[in-house]
Amino acid sequence: MAPSCCQVRVGPDLNGAAEVGSDRWDGRAMPASQVDEFQVIGKRVAKLDAPAKVTGRTVYADDLSMAGLLEGAILRSPHAHARIRSIDVSAAEQLPGVRAVIYAGNVTQRPFGYSHDNLPLKRDKVRFIGDEVAAVAAIDEETAKAALSMIKVDYEVLPAVFDPFEALEETAPVIHDERPDIVGNLSMRWDYDAGDVDEAATRAAVVVEGDYSSPQAAPVPIETHVIVASFDPDGHLTVWSPVHMVFMYRKELADCLGLDWRHITVIQPSVGGSFGGKIDIDSHDFITVLLARHSGRPVRLALSREEEFTGTRTRQPIHFHLRTGADAEGNLLFRDAEVVSDNGAYNAWGSHAMLVAMNTVTSMYRVPNSRVRCSVAYTNKNYGGSVRGFGNPQATFAVEQQMEELADALGMDPMDLRLRNANQSGDVTPQGLEITSCGLSDCLRIVREQSGWDQRRGTMRGRHRGLGAAAFIHVGGGARIYASDGCGAVVKVDDSGEVTLITGASELGQGSETVLAMIVAEEMGIPIDSVRVVNSNTDVKPWDVGVHASRTTFVAGNAARMAAAAARDKLLETASELLETPAGELRVRDGVVEVAADPSRRIELGRVARRRLLREGGGVVMATAFYDPPTHNQDKDYRGNISAAYGFGAHVAEVEVDPGTGMVRLINLWTAHDVGRAINPMSCEGQIEGGAAMGIGLALSEELVIFDGEIVAPNLHDYGMPTAVDVPRTVVNLVETVDPLGPFGAKGVGEAALIPVPAAVANAVADATGVRPREYPMRPWKVKAWIDAGESSHASRRAAEPADKGGGDNG
Amino acid sequence: MRIEIVVNGDRYVKEVMADLSLLDFLREVLGLTGTKWGCLTGDCGACTVLVDGEPVVSCLQLLRQVEGRDVTTIEGVEHSGELDEVQAAFVANGGAQCGFCTPGMIMSTEALLRANRSPSESQIREALSGNLCRCTGYSKIIDAVLQAAAERA
Repeated sequence: MAPSCCQVRVGPDLNGAAEVGSDRWDGRAMPASQVDEFQVIGKRVAKLDAPAKVTGRTVYADDLSMAGLLEGAILRSPHAHARIRSIDVSAAEQLPGVRAVIYAGNVTQRPFGYSHDNLPLKRDKVRFIGDEVAAVAAIDEETAKAALSMIKVDYEVLPAVFDPFEALEETAPVIHDERPDIVGNLSMRWDYDAGDVDEAATRAAVVVEGDYSSPQAAPVPIETHVIVASFDPDGHLTVWSPVHMVFMYRKELADCLGLDWRHITVIQPSVGGSFGGKIDIDSHDFITVLLARHSGRPVRLALSREEEFTGTRTRQPIHFHLRTGADAEGNLLFRDAEVVSDNGAYNAWGSHAMLVAMNTVTSMYRVPNSRVRCSVAYTNKNYGGSVRGFGNPQATFAVEQQMEELADALGMDPMDLRLRNANQSGDVTPQGLEITSCGLSDCLRIVREQSGWDQRRGTMRGRHRGLGAAAFIHVGGGARIYASDGCGAVVKVDDSGEVTLITGASELGQGSETVLAMIVAEEMGIPIDSVRVVNSNTDVKPWDVGVHASRTTFVAGNAARMAAAAARDKLLETASELLETPAGELRVRDGVVEVAADPSRRIELGRVARRRLLREGGGVVMATAFYDPPTHNQDKDYRGNISAAYGFGAHVAEVEVDPGTGMVRLINLWTAHDVGRAINPMSCEGQIEGGAAMGIGLALSEELVIFDGEIVAPNLHDYGMPTAVDVPRTVVNLVETVDPLGPFGAKGVGEAALIPVPAAVANAVADATGVRPREYPMRPWKVKAWIDAGESSHASRRAAEPADKGGGDNG
Repeated sequence: MRIEIVVNGDRYVKEVMADLSLLDFLREVLGLTGTKWGCLTGDCGACTVLVDGEPVVSCLQLLRQVEGRDVTTIEGVEHSGELDEVQAAFVANGGAQCGFCTPGMIMSTEALLRANRSPSESQIREALSGNLCRCTGYSKIIDAVLQAAAERA
């Protein structure tokens, strides 16, 4: 694949306020780095997998075919909370074409999930509408569905609880009453203290306080979950799954189902989008394997779109009661957050979204004193997963609105307040986050200028327009949540001279495969089209935690670079003999080794590889590396540097609000992101534009509307995901701070762009209307009601200690 | 029932169930898995194909409704193994990330460019508004369509 010819378009004159709002204006800025010093890095390289994707050749899980493949289907609970009295599968088993009917009574399974509070097939109780109860494998989909309708389940319906505040009250129905170690419905606590918030509050000239809520939202990849499982006659299991933490997946499959993990291969077909929805193992994965085991045949389970909404993990609503205080000059003194996270029926990794949300409360801007009291509640709803941004959009919605409220109270410009308190390189935050590269101030200045902030904010209310800003901090150099945060890499060069990178990291569509190939090409001095990337099979690829936390470019990139450097050095050792020149005086360009002082003395790399291999006592060129970032698991007080680098950025949104209908139209979105170094600017822009669109959906339209535990309209028509007519062109500025530890200075950017969007839009709505949004999505009828009421949306609700909780409406 | 149909220039005569959808015929009977499905309710557009040059969501179309007509799928867009202008522009502009919406997006683009040789950005957005993409935010897809239109003009 040749690099694309795309020109790097230079951004607009930063004083060009006249161009603001122009329909066709393309404001992408030239990366700040000197791209000429590199052969490959910094170039707009087309994705290596794109030709297959544009021709329909890419194979996703549902495109697999194999002899004897059965279709699976799941029977789900129609009740939000019920005891299972009995399950009768005898009629379903008798239906011709049915090859397996499974339920808790006839399978071997152990609890799984972060708190081991979940079973693939529920045994005694169901805890949300969509919970898995039984499953069928049959010769075709129609037969499987017919069999499901013949399974008789006798339920004793129990009182259910849907509001997290009510769930934490002593009188609430207990969702995990089988677990005496769980107190009520409190699934986790996250308490953190730095400094003395109460003392700082006595010194504050201004304190702002308010409530900020977020909805249950869904990741919505266009491809639903599709899993295929097959046992070889010798008992070896192969699973084709779009999961992206494949090694943990293998271990959890083994642990839960009592399998030997040495006899499990996990293959990741091409993934049709995930956004965290496919990150780790879920009940449907276990069920597919159980169906294959019980039927003795390969089984495919393809979730319908409705099941994708009702039966898979979601973004958890998090309710913040936040206070921020500053002195008269605008120096932040403290942040104080009381938080309730509504994590649904079970604890997957989603229960840890507070880990990232907490970073924003403690470390977004310089805040000497901070306090977090967070309760994570079980409720009878779909449960929280690890959706892109992982708690951070929710936290940023509170923290960044409060920055503008605070500025207004101080009579300061919000950008000045931000710049005064901005994190800087060399800072260590009270939580222990070590800020190395940091372009936050530059990002703020860029979007301030491009949006015409100083001239326009606060001046357009008569035209129902407003500007709002929000910045963010997010992990950008891995996130140590596991014993290792590492990734392995192998680089080999065969007799053809082709270079293969075998990486632990997965491609989900985000472009990591191409970025890793670029890193290898740059390090080895070879063209990008001579690198192949192998990344999909646990039998072949070296261990990796998996794709999460915007870590792949940083962690897998460093591993790939280390392996490439070692492979190059082996080739140079041989080239040194062949060219009779010390290796230190050689260089590699475009796949050719040459003597630096006399480039006419040269030898092609493939020939070097053959000369090394095809001789007596020869050997293959192969190098391995494992990169684990120099970070620490946080201690019991949630202190420690969990990431080796942090990404920063700032957005300004411009909205127009129709006062008659409450409709909010996003007119412009200016973004500036500190990406460390843009390995592939086109990919960085793609992540930012795509993330921004997801953020726009969160801000304005996306929400799982749940009534008595039931998702009212689990379909794409009603969900509110943005279409091509719903999003403006996002202006993208890539700020390069060249991180000291990132591969060629790069930091993660995968999750970044959606994080500040709901906050920036809310601030813009406040500027346009004078009314402060307290929740998103900011759908027209809500905004209309806020405008009509002339004040904030709903009654204040405080998230205090679980014992003395006040009630409240459901937002 | 017995049905006759032309797909990507090839004539097929097949015995099929009367309620078979065009999508299932393409994927399950002919093995043309380039056409994707994301909802089966006509909302996502991933299954878009051309029927006599018009874009159709194949999940909602019964095969017998298109009997005797000319169907083009993503597999029929290339010319002798070469990418056409739309496909090449999607590659060059980063218009495909996960790629799952891409076949449907390209088929809608092919239909648009047959009807309108130089569409404006807003016309492109309108024409692609039935094709959902979660990865790109649509900007690079629109860049690709503009480039393809310019190259064909």
